[in-house]
Amino acid sequence: MPGKLKVKIVAGRHLPVMDRASDLTDAFVEVKFGNTTFKTDVYLKSLNPQWNSEWFKFEVDDEDLQDEPLQITVLDHDTYSANDAIGKVYIDIDPLLYSEAATVISGWFPIYDTIHGIRGEINVIVKVDLFNDLNRFRQSSCGVKFFCTTSIPKCYRAVIIHGFVEELVVNEDPEYQWIDRIRTPRASNEARQRLISLMSGELQRKIGLKVLEMRGNAVVGYLQCFDLEGESGLVVRAIGTACTLDKLSSPAAFLPACNSPSKEMKEIPFNEDPNPNTHSSGPSTPLKNQTYSFSPSKSYSRQSSSSDTDLSLTPKTAPSPQGPRIYLCPSSPPLSCGSLHLKKSCLLLSDSSLAPHHCSLGSPVLRKSVSFSEELFLAASGMGSGSAGKEGGPFKALLRQQTQSALEQREFPFFTLTVFPPGFLVHVGGVVSARSVKLLDRIHNPDEPETRDAWWAEIRQEIKSHAKALGCHAVVGYSESTSICEEVCILSASGTAAVLNPRFLQDGTVEGCLEQRLEENLPVGCGFCHIPYDELNMPFPAHLTYCYNCRKQKVPDVLFTTIDLPTDAMVIGKGCLIQARLCRLKKKAQAEANATAISNLLPFMEYEVHTQLMNKLKLKGMNALFGLRIQITVGENMLMGLASATGVYLAALPAPGGIQIAGKTPNDGSYEQHISHMQKKINDTIAKNRELYEINPPEISEEVIGSPIPEPRQRSRLLRSQSESSDEVTELDLSHGKKDAFVLEIDDTDALEDVHSLLTDVPPPPGFYSCNTEIMPGINNWTSEIQMFTSVRVIRLSSLNLTNQALNKNFNDLCENLLKSLYFKLRSMIPCCLCHVNFTVSLPEDELIQVTVTAVAITFDKNQALQTTKAHIEKSLQRASADTEELLQFPLELCSDSLPSHPFPPAKAVTVEKANPMGEGNFRNRSAPPCASSTVGVVKMTPLSFIPGAKITKYLGIINMFFIRETTSLREEGGVSGFLHAFIAEVFAMVRAHVAALGGNAVVSYIMKQCVFMENPNKNQAQCLINVSGDAVVFVRESDLEVASVQQPTANCQPLCAGGEVTT
Amino acid sequence: MTSELDIFVGNTTLIDEDVYRLWLDGYSVSDAVALRVRSGILEQTGATAAVLQSDTMDHYRTFHMLERLLHAPPKLLHQLIFQIPPSRQALLIERYYAFDEAFVREVLGKKLSKGTKKDLDDISTKTGITLKSCRRQFDNFKRVFKVVEEMRGSLVDNIQQHFLLSDRLSRDYAAIVFFANNRFETGKKKLQYLSFGDFAFCAELMIQNWTLGAVGEAPTDPDSQVDDMDVDLDKEFLQDLKELKVLVADKDLLDLHKSLVCTTLRGKLSIFSEMEANFKNLSRGLVNVAAKLTHSKDVRDLFVDLVEKFVEPCRSDHWPLNDVRLFLNQYSASVHSLDGFRHQALWDRYMGTLRGCLLRLYHD
Repeated sequence: MPGKLKVKIVAGRHLPVMDRASDLTDAFVEVKFGNTTFKTDVYLKSLNPQWNSEWFKFEVDDEDLQDEPLQITVLDHDTYSANDAIGKVYIDIDPLLYSEAATVISGWFPIYDTIHGIRGEINVIVKVDLFNDLNRFRQSSCGVKFFCTTSIPKCYRAVIIHGFVEELVVNEDPEYQWIDRIRTPRASNEARQRLISLMSGELQRKIGLKVLEMRGNAVVGYLQCFDLEGESGLVVRAIGTACTLDKLSSPAAFLPACNSPSKEMKEIPFNEDPNPNTHSSGPSTPLKNQTYSFSPSKSYSRQSSSSDTDLSLTPKTAPSPQGPRIYLCPSSPPLSCGSLHLKKSCLLLSDSSLAPHHCSLGSPVLRKSVSFSEELFLAASGMGSGSAGKEGGPFKALLRQQTQSALEQREFPFFTLTVFPPGFLVHVGGVVSARSVKLLDRIHNPDEPETRDAWWAEIRQEIKSHAKALGCHAVVGYSESTSICEEVCILSASGTAAVLNPRFLQDGTVEGCLEQRLEENLPVGCGFCHIPYDELNMPFPAHLTYCYNCRKQKVPDVLFTTIDLPTDAMVIGKGCLIQARLCRLKKKAQAEANATAISNLLPFMEYEVHTQLMNKLKLKGMNALFGLRIQITVGENMLMGLASATGVYLAALPAPGGIQIAGKTPNDGSYEQHISHMQKKINDTIAKNRELYEINPPEISEEVIGSPIPEPRQRSRLLRSQSESSDEVTELDLSHGKKDAFVLEIDDTDALEDVHSLLTDVPPPPGFYSCNTEIMPGINNWTSEIQMFTSVRVIRLSSLNLTNQALNKNFNDLCENLLKSLYFKLRSMIPCCLCHVNFTVSLPEDELIQVTVTAVAITFDKNQALQTTKAHIEKSLQRASADTEELLQFPLELCSDSLPSHPFPPAKAVTVEKANPMGEGNFRNRSAPPCASSTVGVVKMTPLSFIPGAKITKYLGIINMFFIRETTSLREEGGVSGFLHAFIAEVFAMVRAHVAALGGNAVVSYIMKQCVFMENPNKNQAQCLINVSGDAVVFVRESDLEVASVQQPTANCQPLCAGGEVTT
Repeated sequence: MTSELDIFVGNTTLIDEDVYRLWLDGYSVSDAVALRVRSGILEQTGATAAVLQSDTMDHYRTFHMLERLLHAPPKLLHQLIFQIPPSRQALLIERYYAFDEAFVREVLGKKLSKGTKKDLDDISTKTGITLKSCRRQFDNFKRVFKVVEEMRGSLVDNIQQHFLLSDRLSRDYAAIVFFANNRFETGKKKLQYLSFGDFAFCAELMIQNWTLGAVGEAPTDPDSQVDDMDVDLDKEFLQDLKELKVLVADKDLLDLHKSLVCTTLRGKLSIFSEMEANFKNLSRGLVNVAAKLTHSKDVRDLFVDLVEKFVEPCRSDHWPLNDVRLFLNQYSASVHSLDGFRHQALWDRYMGTLRGCLLRLYHD
């Protein structure tokens, strides 16, 4: 009996009138935990009852404490008939279970009813007394901390980053079980809410157990999702990154001992094979060596694969009677399905010679003539990646082997993090993704190996093999998603293949850090761009050049990633949100035919999405994408693809070539003219964008790149035109073709559409910037004014003869108009940046498209911005010259190992200024804080992991809430818009109330994971499910901190930032 | 492509003051969009009409949801659904309870019941204020009236406490409640020249001096168990006013009064002869108004009587305002020198207020 839960019901307020006669309510409260229920007295005739109850005490297992939510039901007492429920409050008591988080939950909670929404509030106090339990076989995992934040939380230090944890739990969906019976919808939806709450508690506990097994104490980047599979049930699944975190007493301690990402690489001897016991990921250790066991052809499976044939393999066991219990799926996937998988994907590949290699986004040269031989080539190199590159130097091989040793005994070397401690990320290979189309069937026998688990294992294997093909041993920024329509489900996973520094992956890091030597001078800020794969054995055709920053390593011409921009990355100018949008019509079909149709369409979708992304990136004059998220949504009669990313110009990568348009019929004069007109328009747009985003990279002559010792004359050459120099650069790069060879062929209307759509994207109005990453490069002077919002739009397509083009246009307009609306609404915040813009597309019905956007608008200081811009221009000029100086000094540095302590690293000065979201500029130009609300404390919400101008002092626990709202009087509630508007406002309110009750004043890393809206206007009904999560935190304004201590260090953890700021 | 659903929800509720005004003024969404387009907002921001439409709809929806809370402003402060900075909350409330001069003049002193509500249509046509806006304003009056009607304590304080209005607006509402409760006639043709401000001024004086609340606060009676109410006129006081009749009924007293006033004012008034000629009429008028106040019918006609009996005669003789002031001061003060008159305190309570009112009412 290791825990005692104590609950006190204090009072209620603003209760609804339940008795029409007296206009009053006789309210009482039921408090339920597990199977125990307590009741308060009835407080007669009041809308503001004061129960002031005794302490209700529940003596429970800690396992239950983790799984069960505390249920508080407010009822109206009725002498003659059944008591009427007013509404409920579910309180997740998990935050009370770990020592550093909240100690008490106390506050006003909105009383929620699935039909009436919020109906007054109730004041509750909850406490937990935990007894120590040393039982080795315990089933609970109390004390494991969970964070939604996809970086190491601000007031912690990562001792070890253990790796991937995943789990899934399935159950019958009560809504579907009960649908035929006579029941009130409220009962079933409440059952559903309760069930999901229970399932997510259980899931979290099980993930926690895995973390404990790995000897970790926290899960970072915890992402939990619900798959509402309809008839086949309800799946709750979660992934995360297990870590061992240390609480920081002062932020200064976070500064890592080493600055260069690769310094201590060699220090860890590779025979120091990490103890498998400490790293085994759950019960699946037998798979330790499986990474080597692939047959060569396995890597073909990167094609989004498998469909109907897979289905035949899934165990079709007879349905056995089952109650609404919850079953755990074994986490080790059956490997037997591999062969089938292989068969299917080969088949798929062969019948689509156009199939693009969507895994190899690292350098997406997406020409339409991707040949089969290249595919084979990729497969071969994928296998050969273990065997070190010749040209890449012994270091690379070494590094690879080391990381391998640290990572390969893991089943899945995946990390859900998108931001990393300095030095963690060594190289980035590119985006890897895998999709799979599955047919859902009822989860018959939970005792059998779970098919859902096997499906995911399969996809993860695919991802892993893609990463190998890119010469990488880990996948970072990893995420998984599903799209379900009827019985077809698309499973997707994506991430960024990367080479990691093993230092963080095993014990004994501190020592390793101390005795490090400099093996290679990987300059900070460009190292991650250097190719991890072997130059001669490239997994795909790419144009490599020497890094424009250090000129020692090769870099690709374009880099796509799913992670956030590394804080030390050198970026020129500002970034911008880039979206590719695509619709494809699909015939309506049933089951297997449908699944086949979808899997046939997928490769084309992926290909086109990437072409669009590439074109738009070039049009913006940029060369890298961060935070790439490609969402493919399946509907009854169409597929939608939406890719969002933040484009930037990485200083280390070559300047992007332009876009050339080529016509098919060159002899036609008017056609020629048209083409050249278009070409001019495109060129103008590129020029305009370069100006808009302040992309003015220093001109670099080929000599600089060619030889480490520059000619003395080179300064005079600095003003050479970009096109000239880039041409020359490519000439040096002998093995590959011209870089400018990005040609759009206008040979049909399709391509014409493409070009048009390229040019129709309107840039945001002046004063607005947008990105889908945490921070915007080039803006650092944030003020504390933030506004998080959710916007939802649903459009109805006219069903008459829809074509792909019309569909694309509709979808494009929908997204563009939505963005325009956002800019208009937030115009009072100018100058401002929309950060973490997160688009989600769903197809709730035949002709409906729903787009949901959540983002945060942050105001920045314009004056500061202008100064920065000026300084930036000066600096880039400075840099251009300084670069040469640096090169002159280079041989010296090589001997003295002094690069990191270089007194004035010119490149760094640029970056640090940008990468520091809470720079010193804030202190001077902060807007006055708004006067505090008298009654209700302000709770900030943001999808970012930080709050501008403030310091997070405490994490109070994870917020993970699921709500269902339904109505049978849609018109009366203001139609669908009124209904959903009110519901989302209510969801925000409930999140804020829970955070406030935990003693917090903000939610960071907030995300609305699901917003499923269904309507039936004929019946005047609608229903919506929303799932949100985030981390409840306490933050302190930096201004307040300043008062407290003058010696307040800058509230971030970047190395060398002091040096950088002196120069600004 | 039609938009089925289009919403924007901010963690901090976005309030656009311009749209709020349009909403309060009762414009439909399409009218509001048209008005916004005319304001040149599209040119300023480069937005499209569709964006404006969507934005307006969003704000209207928000306001519609807020309206329920605005009916009981303290709820707006305590509610959890909309996170609104306090300054914005105050603005929302203040603007919601603000009213149009033209409208309030139409309903001032009328019974705030459903019967009157049917007349809102006419008022709307007459004043050019949208019916919706009329409804809101009328409902505001009625709501405030209902809440504070039976309440003890200062009327203004009660309104301020329950509706969180500014001091200025609370005073205006106090006047509206007071007028509605006493049903003062304000709609007669001859009262049309008076503004709401004139009436509000009078109401404030009357509340301060003529109600039960005024008595309760008297230092002579600190432990008064009398209902401390500002809304009703002090019935006892009204009864007592009959006693003043002696001032005009007793011919000697009237003459004495006249001579006292005339002696003091001789040479000080430009319209002295007119005053002298009219004194008895004016005095009779003023005293009779007092004497009649026992009947609620006559209470209602108070302003009509004052204008008929005093303002109009003076105005027709072109009394300058300053002479009116001098006359009224002297007229009130002289009573103290009438030895035969024993109701000095009553007279002061009556005349002190009346003098203030009359001076305010005396204009073109």
